[in-house]
Amino acid sequence: MSMSAAPGRPKQARAPSGGSAAHEVTSVGAHKLRDIALARSGDKGNRATLSVIALDPADFPLIERLLTVERVQAHFEGVVGGDVQRFVLPQLFAVHFVMHDALAGGVTRSLALDAHGKTLSAAILDLPLAD
Amino acid sequence: MRPYRIGAGAGYAGDRIDPAVELAEGGQLDALVFECLAERTIALAQLRRRADPTQGYDPLLAARLRAVLPACVAQGTTIITNMGAANPLAAGHAVLAVARELKLPRLRVAVVLGDDVLDWVRQNDAPLLDSADTVRSLDGRLVSANAYLGADALRPALAAKADLVVTGRVADPSLFLAPLMQHFGWAADDWPLLGKGLAVGHLLECAAQVSGGYLADPGRVDVPDLHRVGFPLAEVAADGGMVITKRPGTGGRVDRLSCTAQLLYEVEDPAAYLQADVTGDFSGVRFTELGEDRVRVDGASGHARPEQLKVSLGYSDGFIGEGQISYAGPGARARGELALEILRHRLADERLQPSLRGLEHRAELIGVNAMHGAALGANREPYEVRVRLAVRCATRAQAERVGQEVEALYLNGPAAGGGVTQSVREVVAVASTLIPRSAVQTRVELLEFSR
Repeated sequence: MSMSAAPGRPKQARAPSGGSAAHEVTSVGAHKLRDIALARSGDKGNRATLSVIALDPADFPLIERLLTVERVQAHFEGVVGGDVQRFVLPQLFAVHFVMHDALAGGVTRSLALDAHGKTLSAAILDLPLAD
Repeated sequence: MRPYRIGAGAGYAGDRIDPAVELAEGGQLDALVFECLAERTIALAQLRRRADPTQGYDPLLAARLRAVLPACVAQGTTIITNMGAANPLAAGHAVLAVARELKLPRLRVAVVLGDDVLDWVRQNDAPLLDSADTVRSLDGRLVSANAYLGADALRPALAAKADLVVTGRVADPSLFLAPLMQHFGWAADDWPLLGKGLAVGHLLECAAQVSGGYLADPGRVDVPDLHRVGFPLAEVAADGGMVITKRPGTGGRVDRLSCTAQLLYEVEDPAAYLQADVTGDFSGVRFTELGEDRVRVDGASGHARPEQLKVSLGYSDGFIGEGQISYAGPGARARGELALEILRHRLADERLQPSLRGLEHRAELIGVNAMHGAALGANREPYEVRVRLAVRCATRAQAERVGQEVEALYLNGPAAGGGVTQSVREVVAVASTLIPRSAVQTRVELLEFSR
């Protein structure tokens, strides 16, 4: 059934042919979190919830290692003003976050176009897999 | 005992009607739940009720029920809905009017009352959640106060064998938990079992969000036939065992990914999901794919319910004025940025636009930085951008000036701007507080109709 939509294991970034510019490998075309996970965000007052779920359970350890509180906080710098809490759910192959002060005062009074922070889930998927 | 079959007929006030009809007709359901009350919806409904005492319930109530009542009545499916919003009693009478119009033989409607706690909140200056202030800080601006009722408020309605139960504010998953408790005779303090029922409610309450909606990302996560995505149903056993599924032949998908995304949606600590009936513990939930669009849910549990009930407070919070204008083609971004610069000058200088000077605002480029600010959106050259200015205003007149400022960019701004839109939105914001359970008195009113 539809599980076939999950892609396989992430591939290591390849060096371009000609081989000398190894330091460029992780820039353009690097593998993103998007290649191995899906995400959904929601709102609670002025807090956003954000779940990242492995498309293939085999990729969960990589996702768990990658998505530290510090990494998520840095990714959303300027968007999320407060603390980030992290919950790991290994049997769901998911890492879940609560991001405080993330919704410009909260859904019901925010000036933001996306007052619910629904699109934050897509933003986290932009995270490169390589450090 | 055969499993209890409970379906989701709507996940929000404006949800599609056709998938609910499909489910009502073919789902062999014991109960069909329509969750239509977002945080702010009830405050807006309260304003409508003040303007007209016969209104204040969901404006789509009649249309939804006209579509599903015949199948539900024919099959003995109980309908449970919070479409009563700020006026459940008027909603109950509106349901009877639909029943008459459809020439149904009979209908028993139970109206659940008691969620409106505005008087208590006014008299008891409780602290606001996530704030240093108390309710009094909202003084003359308070519009509504509604407690999130639990399943116990619905039990007498279900015990009276109502065909349709209509409520105002009820904790969303409790709309599902109540019929499960009533059907299986679950004790109101069997926390692990109630935690399982809570998981049923939480997984179903956003309707298609568990059956393939809000999931697709082409090429990675493909979801078939979203134009006719099927709404979900659960088959629940007496011990709380459950399977989430949808009707064969409908669009969408029910699998580990769709269920996991919905299980965690808007939950904070998965081990302590505070709800009116139980503190849910979803930290041990596992999903097993049994076959096409069938997922078994194990491991949900729960702990004692919170001492107090949450109250949602609606209050008037001024106006938001907004204007937008588009720029396209080569240099679109540079012209959009020039437009923003012009607008910022206009808002900063009292000689130019005194009525808007110094107000809180957002000035941004849709297509560049409107979603996630400068850091995540930078360094990408879009083909087109849309300038957006939104300003928090005290009065409608002030808010109207915002759109006019943007419109003035036609003749006074950068080259080739187009497609101006303007809007003024009256803001009813929501805050929260807590209320002791003893201060909330619920009751059920039965309305009957027979030919």
